[in-house]
Amino acid sequence: MSFSFADVDSVRKGLSGVQYLADEGIAGVVYLAERLQKPVLVEGPAGTGKTQLAKSVAEATGARLIRLQCYEGLDESKALYEWNYKKQLLRIQAERQGEDPEGEGMWQQIEDDLFSEEFLLTRPLLEAIRAAEPVVLLIDEVDRVEIETEALLLEILSDYQVSIPELGTVAASQIPLVFLTSNNTRELSEALKRRCLFLHIDYPDLDREKEIVLAKVPGVGESLADQVARIVRSVRQIELKKAPSVSETLDWARTLVLLGVEHIDADTAAETVNILLKYRSDIEKALKEFASSDEEFAVPAATP
Amino acid sequence: MKVEPATSPLLALLAGFISELRAAGLPVSLTENLDAMEAIQHIPIEDRDAFKYALAATLVKNHAHWRAFETVFEVYFSLRGAEYDLVDGEWPEGMDLSDFVDGMDGQQRRQGGGGGEAMSAEQLAEMLFQALMRGDDALMRAIARQAVQRYAGMEPGRPVGGTYYLYRTLRNLDLDGVLDRLMDQARHDAPGDLTPLEERLERDEFEARIDQLRKEVEAEIRRRLVADRGVEAMAKTLRKPLPEDVDFMHASREEMMALRRAIYPLTRKLAVRLARKRRHGRKGPLDFRNTMRHSLSYGGVPAEPKFRYPRPAKPEIMVVADVSGSVAAFARFTLHLVYAISNQFSKVRSFVFIDGLDEVTSFFEGVDDIGEAVHRVNAEADVVWVDGHSDYGHAFEVFWERYGKDVGPKTTVMILGDARNNYHASQAWILKEIEHRARKVFWLNPEPGAYWDTGDSIVSEYGVHCDGVFEVRNLRQLEGFVENLV
Repeated sequence: MSFSFADVDSVRKGLSGVQYLADEGIAGVVYLAERLQKPVLVEGPAGTGKTQLAKSVAEATGARLIRLQCYEGLDESKALYEWNYKKQLLRIQAERQGEDPEGEGMWQQIEDDLFSEEFLLTRPLLEAIRAAEPVVLLIDEVDRVEIETEALLLEILSDYQVSIPELGTVAASQIPLVFLTSNNTRELSEALKRRCLFLHIDYPDLDREKEIVLAKVPGVGESLADQVARIVRSVRQIELKKAPSVSETLDWARTLVLLGVEHIDADTAAETVNILLKYRSDIEKALKEFASSDEEFAVPAATP
Repeated sequence: MKVEPATSPLLALLAGFISELRAAGLPVSLTENLDAMEAIQHIPIEDRDAFKYALAATLVKNHAHWRAFETVFEVYFSLRGAEYDLVDGEWPEGMDLSDFVDGMDGQQRRQGGGGGEAMSAEQLAEMLFQALMRGDDALMRAIARQAVQRYAGMEPGRPVGGTYYLYRTLRNLDLDGVLDRLMDQARHDAPGDLTPLEERLERDEFEARIDQLRKEVEAEIRRRLVADRGVEAMAKTLRKPLPEDVDFMHASREEMMALRRAIYPLTRKLAVRLARKRRHGRKGPLDFRNTMRHSLSYGGVPAEPKFRYPRPAKPEIMVVADVSGSVAAFARFTLHLVYAISNQFSKVRSFVFIDGLDEVTSFFEGVDDIGEAVHRVNAEADVVWVDGHSDYGHAFEVFWERYGKDVGPKTTVMILGDARNNYHASQAWILKEIEHRARKVFWLNPEPGAYWDTGDSIVSEYGVHCDGVFEVRNLRQLEGFVENLV
């Protein structure tokens, strides 16, 4: 069995080659996932690059990305497979036309035909299993499905196979690299967690965020990236309804580049903060917070 | 994968590590144990970070448990880290426990005797200042080590917790003073005046560095304690309850923050459970008219019975919470819970009481900032009637008088409190009346079950009129309550 990554370091290099800056933890878990052939459950605040990780791994390894977006009400026929019953009907219809005297044996044959691969519609999970080429399977926002639907995933996650009653078991020809993402809106079942490696992606630290800005935003200068990263870190320390995500940081940096800003002062920050923060109350709070030290210094100046 | 003989002591250590994790409350299953064993075979053993993440990925499946994991990891694998291949050669690697302690002593003696190489306190402070100013990690680590040696006053075998040493060390370093100095320096270095924004950024930067130093000091103390007392004993001392086991009544500020974050998934779960019950609920009663109409196609035989669609009752919730001093910490938590609940359900009414009772529903409506809502409840709600000591009897009287008529067959009443009535009249008959009218009455008590009905607590007197009295001291129990609610 050949692996795409020789060691943890090569994971990091491979990912940074496709503009994804992984820290020690992320790279290590991706490496282990491939070695142990286990799915990775990625958790963390919104907008920290959970989905992007799967995409980048696919890009770095040259594998095909198959994505299953989860939502409330997702079922077997959307996730695993479905019988193409319209085609099945047509098949029966076609058989009727060429009426045959030996009806009994014929029916047997039709029945066998009807539940063959020809009439099977593969959905993402089955597709990932059956693919001949290397595949990265992304099961996005798995916390959105009901806890009962989670059970659908268990067979594929632990044994990399899908059982279809009419056909038998379809086993994987190659082991896909599986990423599940969760925003932790609810606790996932123990059974699911047990089968996965767990990775928590938090907001990046100052240096990594700066590097991300430098890598992702064309035309951004070293000092601007540094300022952006530092301001964002300070903003995250305030207790907000929704802290700025990495993608919002990038949007903000892009805006500043477009505006031709070299040095962020309080006015620029105040004017563009609506890109970083999406709630009115958060914006007000942040502005108040950054102005507050102003008062401290304004007061002694005002009193003669 | 071949297992080298050299790894077997490691496996033994890992087994101890995992059993300590279990003792700390982390649910590590056998599969996960095996996964961890397999994972570390793929990781170069000298890479401490990779090793740590490999263990974390296989053993810790809940981010809330990360801190507990980290503590145990630091204790079990602290002496083996590459950064502790000691530079100054004082504690060579591979020396056993008694040597280590002796070495430490010897060094202290030498310093106590005012040896030439020992720095003065001023020099150390100056170095600290420089290290923080430049953000020099290596220097900071060295200073942390020096500071612990000098100030903590650690003696082998002394039965004192790590926090005591931490406090002693940090007090001597005077980090607040250092921060002020750093800020002065930054203002001085800046070309012009610092704008408030810049000022704030500088401060955050220095605070982050100081935090880093504090962690180094902590690690250093822990490392020495482990060397002194041994791994198992140390792990046991440092064992802290997991976030879901933290007692609401004694939660620290930090723990409270973690609890608040954990409430939201829980209330969502509650809402999902109620919703699911509606969806999967049995069908409604027979729709006679519809059945007759369909029977026409069968020649008047009602072969296909039709049912009405179930009209689910929207749950109405009334939360009545004690906010008196005896349950202050719990009350703070309850208010957060009430807030989270009222975001999930459309019909929630909330009341708080001490010896009077007031409705606070409006404080929680359309408020983004929970802190503000709690503040308003504390400041504006009229909950004191006579002396501000809990009087459940009178609070219930007021409730019954003013809001009793609003309690209907769809209402679920949740009472949160310890039922310590200060020997006032219980007025339990009111609860009996409420129980008759309401769909369900639940009582959540933050006190341990063993204390119930001791002293002025009269839980059972009220409890007989409730559909359930639950001990809810931590998140786990609250979760259990939510699970059983539907």
